Amino acid sequence: MNEWDDLYLEVILDHNKNPRNNHELEKHTHHADGHNPLCGDRVSINILMDNETVKEVSFTGSGCAISTASASILTETIKNKSKYEIENLFKDFHDLVTNKNEDKKKLGKLAIFEGVKKYPARVKCATLSWHALMAALEGEKETTTE
Amino acid sequence: MSFKNIKKDFPILEQKVNGKNLVYLDSAATTQKPKEVINSLNNYYKETNSNIHRGVHTLSQKATEKYEKARVMIANFIDATSSKEIIFVRGATEAVNLVASSYVKPLLMENDEIIISQMEHHANIVPWQMVCEEKKAKLKIIPIDENGELIINKFNELINKKTKFISLNHVSNSLGTINPIKKIIHIAHQKNIKIMIDGAQAVQHLEISMKDIDADFYCFSGHKMYAPTGIGILYGKKELLEQMPPYQGGGDMIKSVTFEKTTYNDIPNRFEAGTPNISGAIALGKAIEYINKIGISNINKHEEDLLNYATSKLKKINKVKIIGEAKEKAAVISFIIEGIHPHDIGTIMDSHGIAIRAGHHCTQPIMDFYNVPATARASFAIYNTKEDVDELVKAIEKCIKVFA
Repeated sequence: MNEWDDLYLEVILDHNKNPRNNHELEKHTHHADGHNPLCGDRVSINILMDNETVKEVSFTGSGCAISTASASILTETIKNKSKYEIENLFKDFHDLVTNKNEDKKKLGKLAIFEGVKKYPARVKCATLSWHALMAALEGEKETTTE
Repeated sequence: MSFKNIKKDFPILEQKVNGKNLVYLDSAATTQKPKEVINSLNNYYKETNSNIHRGVHTLSQKATEKYEKARVMIANFIDATSSKEIIFVRGATEAVNLVASSYVKPLLMENDEIIISQMEHHANIVPWQMVCEEKKAKLKIIPIDENGELIINKFNELINKKTKFISLNHVSNSLGTINPIKKIIHIAHQKNIKIMIDGAQAVQHLEISMKDIDADFYCFSGHKMYAPTGIGILYGKKELLEQMPPYQGGGDMIKSVTFEKTTYNDIPNRFEAGTPNISGAIALGKAIEYINKIGISNINKHEEDLLNYATSKLKKINKVKIIGEAKEKAAVISFIIEGIHPHDIGTIMDSHGIAIRAGHHCTQPIMDFYNVPATARASFAIYNTKEDVDELVKAIEKCIKVFA
């Protein structure tokens, strides 16, 4: 047992090593770049929306294990969801990593990021791709965690 | 000289972090403080607290005396000609801003040039960008090579008749490079250009003499040399300081004030408007006393041993790459581990009770040069030991295992 085991879960390490949907998306309707000026992490999110629902989503960029895994799992989670559903999901996710949410059931796979709440310095890593996602859905081109 | 018991002088190092003995390897960000310095703050407020240069009462005189005694100690420590050349400021950052504003700005004309280097801390970049923008002047950059050393030939090429000022760090905070400042100052003076040296990463490691290096301005922060935060030093040659307008207006920087005319005080008080950080200045004097007791050359030798030990250990680990391999280095090692982001390294280290810095170290241009988003940095001070390095190495190996 290591102290960091609750942060670097196997699933997170796997998504860091083999990120899903980690490529450009030629046909997309929404796009935004996220930047964490504190650590230099960058992530770009591309989305293809159809009928107000996410049909395709991908990400590119470089960051730490937490931000890479978070972006990867995000792309798996938001497919076929509406903007409204995604907004609620982000709120629940944000509450989870900032220790304001005990109800993990709604979060599904995202619940594995619960360990982040013990590492306040890493909250921005976990939420960077989400901020970029929200910016993309709002039609903005870029966002920062500041 | 044995450094075995030095850790005991630093109460903060006795604690456990995440259940492990604290291994503090972030002294380039700020050093820990010895008992003498902490007690000095405590004693000042218990026994001496009063405003300086003001009252005829006993406490005010005592406070003034201690404050001015600290100034003399600092002048001796850096071998300045006179304690009048020592200005108390908040830190190196304020010192750079003071010189940019009070010395450089008034003499800068459109299209003039200021030279800095690619390895500067943001504190020695941004103030110059601000003054250049205001005066429509240009900032020129001395490039570095792959080892993290200044390319001196390029420096020679950058100097021309538009060059009005040069500002360089003595030691790089992210690479550890010790720059050949005496040589650079000599080159600048041959061309009649004034030069400032940012010594924030140097004074705690190296013996320094203003008379010897002949810098026009030199600055450093107390908190990186075992003193409290919020106190720092600007050294300036007397003849330059005397011709400079004040940086801020207020009390204690004037001789007389009427609503028609104010006569500014002499140096150094002219640059110390308002009630200064009296307890900080006195504690900085104590920190210097502490350094002198151990001896700066002993400190230098001890840290060099640690640096060499750590460098050879880290080089043996396959996936580790050291960023910055200058021939002359202070006890700072920046490194990356293949496939592992420095933030993740920082978190794993922290869970081992090891404090390192992970990030761009306020030197983004260096990160761009090496094409890395960030590095991990271990920096050493007098209280570190080879055992600390061994803990660092163990934790690096753990990182590689976790992220393999």
